[in-house]
Amino acid sequence: MTKTERREARSSAIFNKQAVTYAAAQSFRMLSPRVMIKNPVMFVTEMGAVLSTISLFAVSADAYAVSVTLILWLTVVFANFAEALAEAKGKAGADSLKQVRRDTVCTRLTDGGSEKVGSSELKVGDRVLVCAGDIIPCDGEVDKGIASVDESAITGESAPVIRESGGDRSGVTAGTKVLTGDIEVIVTAGAGESFLDRMIALVEGAVRQKTPNELALTVTLAGLTLAFLLVTTALLPIGRYFGAELSIPTLTALLVCLIPTTISALLPAIGIAGMNRALAANILAKSGKAVELAGDIDTILLDKTGTITVGNRQAVQFVPVSGVTEAQLTETAMKASFGDMTPEGKSIVALAEQLSGSTAETPADAAVISFSAHTRLSGVDTNGHRLRKGAYDAVTAFVQQNGGRIPADLKEITDRIASAGCTPIVVAENDRILGVISLSDVLKAGIQSRFARLRAMGLRIIMVTGDNPLTAKSIAGEAGVDGFVAEAKPEDKLNYIRKEQKGGRLIAMIGDGTNDAPALAQADIGVAMNSGTQAAKEAGNMVDLDNNPTKLIEVIEIGKQLLMTRGALTTFSVSNDVAKYFAIIPAMFILAMPHLAGLNIMNLASPESAVLSALIFNAVVIPALIPLAIKGVRFRAMGADALLKRNLLIYGFGGVVLPFAGIKVIDMILSATGMF
Amino acid sequence: MVFVTLIIGISAVLSWFLGRYMTYIMDSSEQGTWQSYLKQFAVFNVIMFAVSFAVLAFQQYLPLNPDGKGALTADLIFNTAASFTTNTNLQHYSGEVSMSYFSQLFALMWLQFVSAATGIAVLTAIARGLGGKGFGNFYKDMMRATFYILLPVSFVVAVLLIFTGVPMTFGGTVEAHTIEGALQNIARGPAAAFIAIKQLGSNGGGFFGPNSAHPFENPNFWSNAVETMSIIIIPMSCVWMFGRLTGKMRHAAVIFGVMLLLLVMKLSFAAYFESAPAGALAGLDVQTSSNLEGKELRFGTSAAPLWAVVTTSTSNGSVNNMHDSLNPLTGLVPLTGMWLNETFGGVGVGMINMLIYILTGVFICGMMVGRTPEYLGRKVETQEMKLVLLALLVHPLCILGGTALFTIMPWGAETVHNTGAHGFTEILYEFTSSSANNGSGFEGLGDNTPAWNIATGIVMLVSRYVPIVLPLMAAGSLAAKRISPDTSGTLHTDTVLFGAVILGSIIFIGALLFMPVAVLGPVSEYMAGALK
Repeated sequence: MTKTERREARSSAIFNKQAVTYAAAQSFRMLSPRVMIKNPVMFVTEMGAVLSTISLFAVSADAYAVSVTLILWLTVVFANFAEALAEAKGKAGADSLKQVRRDTVCTRLTDGGSEKVGSSELKVGDRVLVCAGDIIPCDGEVDKGIASVDESAITGESAPVIRESGGDRSGVTAGTKVLTGDIEVIVTAGAGESFLDRMIALVEGAVRQKTPNELALTVTLAGLTLAFLLVTTALLPIGRYFGAELSIPTLTALLVCLIPTTISALLPAIGIAGMNRALAANILAKSGKAVELAGDIDTILLDKTGTITVGNRQAVQFVPVSGVTEAQLTETAMKASFGDMTPEGKSIVALAEQLSGSTAETPADAAVISFSAHTRLSGVDTNGHRLRKGAYDAVTAFVQQNGGRIPADLKEITDRIASAGCTPIVVAENDRILGVISLSDVLKAGIQSRFARLRAMGLRIIMVTGDNPLTAKSIAGEAGVDGFVAEAKPEDKLNYIRKEQKGGRLIAMIGDGTNDAPALAQADIGVAMNSGTQAAKEAGNMVDLDNNPTKLIEVIEIGKQLLMTRGALTTFSVSNDVAKYFAIIPAMFILAMPHLAGLNIMNLASPESAVLSALIFNAVVIPALIPLAIKGVRFRAMGADALLKRNLLIYGFGGVVLPFAGIKVIDMILSATGMF
Repeated sequence: MVFVTLIIGISAVLSWFLGRYMTYIMDSSEQGTWQSYLKQFAVFNVIMFAVSFAVLAFQQYLPLNPDGKGALTADLIFNTAASFTTNTNLQHYSGEVSMSYFSQLFALMWLQFVSAATGIAVLTAIARGLGGKGFGNFYKDMMRATFYILLPVSFVVAVLLIFTGVPMTFGGTVEAHTIEGALQNIARGPAAAFIAIKQLGSNGGGFFGPNSAHPFENPNFWSNAVETMSIIIIPMSCVWMFGRLTGKMRHAAVIFGVMLLLLVMKLSFAAYFESAPAGALAGLDVQTSSNLEGKELRFGTSAAPLWAVVTTSTSNGSVNNMHDSLNPLTGLVPLTGMWLNETFGGVGVGMINMLIYILTGVFICGMMVGRTPEYLGRKVETQEMKLVLLALLVHPLCILGGTALFTIMPWGAETVHNTGAHGFTEILYEFTSSSANNGSGFEGLGDNTPAWNIATGIVMLVSRYVPIVLPLMAAGSLAAKRISPDTSGTLHTDTVLFGAVILGSIIFIGALLFMPVAVLGPVSEYMAGALK
């Protein structure tokens, strides 16, 4: 299945036949009070329907009472339908994930041998051998070997990726296929416990717990329901005082119209749809809470390399210090970069070859010193010559250690390179500094506009880079970020997050390496790349299947959209009550107090038709709003106040006006039938 | 209208300075949790109730009783003690007939000070908590509010009132010989002091039965002007004090603006509806100008609707005219004031009530900006919403529940002097006034019965304490959360838009909860009258 196909499967037309059939059956099954009680507002509605049904047998069963009762039941069924439909959509998305969850036979390595077992029998800590052409049976970490892996089943991306032991590309996912190479994998999640399994369970609603905001909203809606229950109940004796005998169906109709049924009916669907949207964006969230929290993020931490810039730094210039020729520098730089397989290293060799016109040959008995985030330099040791290249402070420290001096013009050269947004790499041999290599990186296309969008939403973007402050500042200015952490060591990220959190900020970051794990755990939203180490994936609260560092932006938008949809539908639901009052209150008392006819401002045909119209409007608005609940309120990148103004106008003001029109139209249809 | 604008305008200006002074007095860096504050608050309020109950129960044995006032019934004592402890001052008795001077001073006037100070104290604690300081110490706050705020301001007002002719004496009733030669007993007493705190502390309990319509409580135009301003000034100042203590003055200005707007709206409605002649005179030759029934003409024509609106907006409850005689739709305005109960509201508690509406509005609208709702940088979550909604529910429960019960029970329906919609409004008003801790009477109700005394007594206690305690708890829960920084992605609380959010939630919640009874009472009466 290609990526587009899968996205379509996950976000196809809302009312497709299969989903509707499932939801329709499910909505009747969910009528059991034990299920309904989870949603207090709909539970009250159901109890109202029961009461109204009883009154049909006990009191009277005219056409009006029967109609009211039917619509009350219909309201409950519609609410269940909304939830079941969202669930069905979640299931469809989950099914596409489940396809890769087939049980396979694999080779488990035991002490001194191997055995064939089913993948479902694997336990955490087992070691399995996966050869070219095999399906990887479990989530795990590559312990030995290197392989190219086709992860399209998970990510939808058809280009194979490299997975190897050590480093930050060691994570493999069950269901992906090894194309070339043999690897030994240590199982990190037993059958049914992997991220994918957890996500499937979340989407299917099996372990759906109410998120904090959903819970708070449920409490609020229950409180409003209690208030309206009070208002309605009080009307029974008060009506009697005025000589108006109010029937049970009428009172129940008023109650159900007033309590916030619209939002309560759609609330579960909104939550499930939020998870679905995350899944459609190829994000596995460990909990619904994480998705919701994403909307609250106010600072995001992004790595410069690979996220803000293309990440393909190229050597563009060799600048020798005074007293050194360019040729000398070029040769040393070339030698120091042998064995450096990073794109930067390769580009230095390539540039040197081009400048000197000769082909480099690997020196004999060379020991390669590879780069680490702590030493921040790399190089080669070859018969007594210790060649190094790296960050300014790291290399100068190295030279001073060997008793060398720092050339007077070095600082000026590095600053000049850095101010131009390039990365200066200082080259040294033993105690002597030869000069500086200028590495240039380019910004990703369109990154400025994405950042502008984020900043319009009030988010701060902090760039994290190992570069020196001058380079960082130049690139930060170019990309339009709010701040940067330069010369960052891995623990700097953690410290920065802690510091910002003390100031009340909520931080999101994305990372892949074991180095990132503490920061991912500390961040409020930590998105780990699927290709990353197991430690990183365990530490974060989301996993990005696409390994796309700018995915944070989508995560935040999904979270914001989720909350906005809840708020908008709640406002709409409460605003609707005004028109319903104007329909029902005069209708209830018009017989006992004919002078109240003047309050019938909508000029509804008869009291019965007024009550029914309001109730029908209240019921049909639920299925009518299912698409909005599932797709979410349209998100726009703008400031909070502008968003609020817009949404208040649409859902608040619109919520007051629309039902007047809706109820009037339904009333005209009802009176045209001649029944009421 | 000039008079109304001047009174409100001068009060608003003065409140700015008084708010500043109150902040200076109340601001302190004392530590303390909301739990300990609540405990001290509870202990003190139990003492308040017990002392006043005891004084009223034994007034016949106590000194300062020159006219030999006798024992009161148990249910009236309960009702009166509850009424004054809760800053309601609902009076099911006539002061000059039933109360000794000792009772007036040491059961009632004492409570008028401390019950008002209680409101200021708790608001201070909430503001401190939300401002990120400790909640402080209730007793110290009580002392500060009583001795440095209420006493000095009352002293100034009392002196002004004495100048306008309000009596201040411990001498007993005066015997007067009228022109016809009949003997008349004229009640008097230490009225000026009593009235000053009655108005300033949003108490409203009169020294004399007819309250501020009585010539000794409110002799003339000037006394009326002073008293009207006294009603509103401290509730207004409380908003500024809240702003200063939380460090959110612009937010306070938005709240003040919303309250003022609602007040002006109510004033306009009342003035407009009251300018129509009384329904009984409709179509007769005597139908001249505005409704003059139940009004004291010495104050001028617009003084009655102004007072009626202000006194019910602030949970004060003193009256200078008979609300029963207001035109039906004018009668709806005081009711609305008490239903909403936060257009400045009672001393301290008005602002606390406002917080309930603000939190509800913030929760629903806050989500629409795509974040977990926040108030003053702190997340509003399940715990806060539970407390806020319970607090919000108490008011409709007491009003609608009580009204529903008394309309069908003989001990309720039979005490009503009018039938139909007007009688219904009398019951509705009594419960509304009790629940709003207002204390004004619509009158036209035989309310000194055991049923009324017990029911309204309970209502006053419940709807006083629950909406103080729960918001304090909510503030405690909010104060424990970390403050998130203000960015363009957060909902700002100091904008006109936010004002619209608060206004909307007040009007919506108020309208949705009380619209049916409003329709059945005043609106129905008006429409019935209009048909005639």
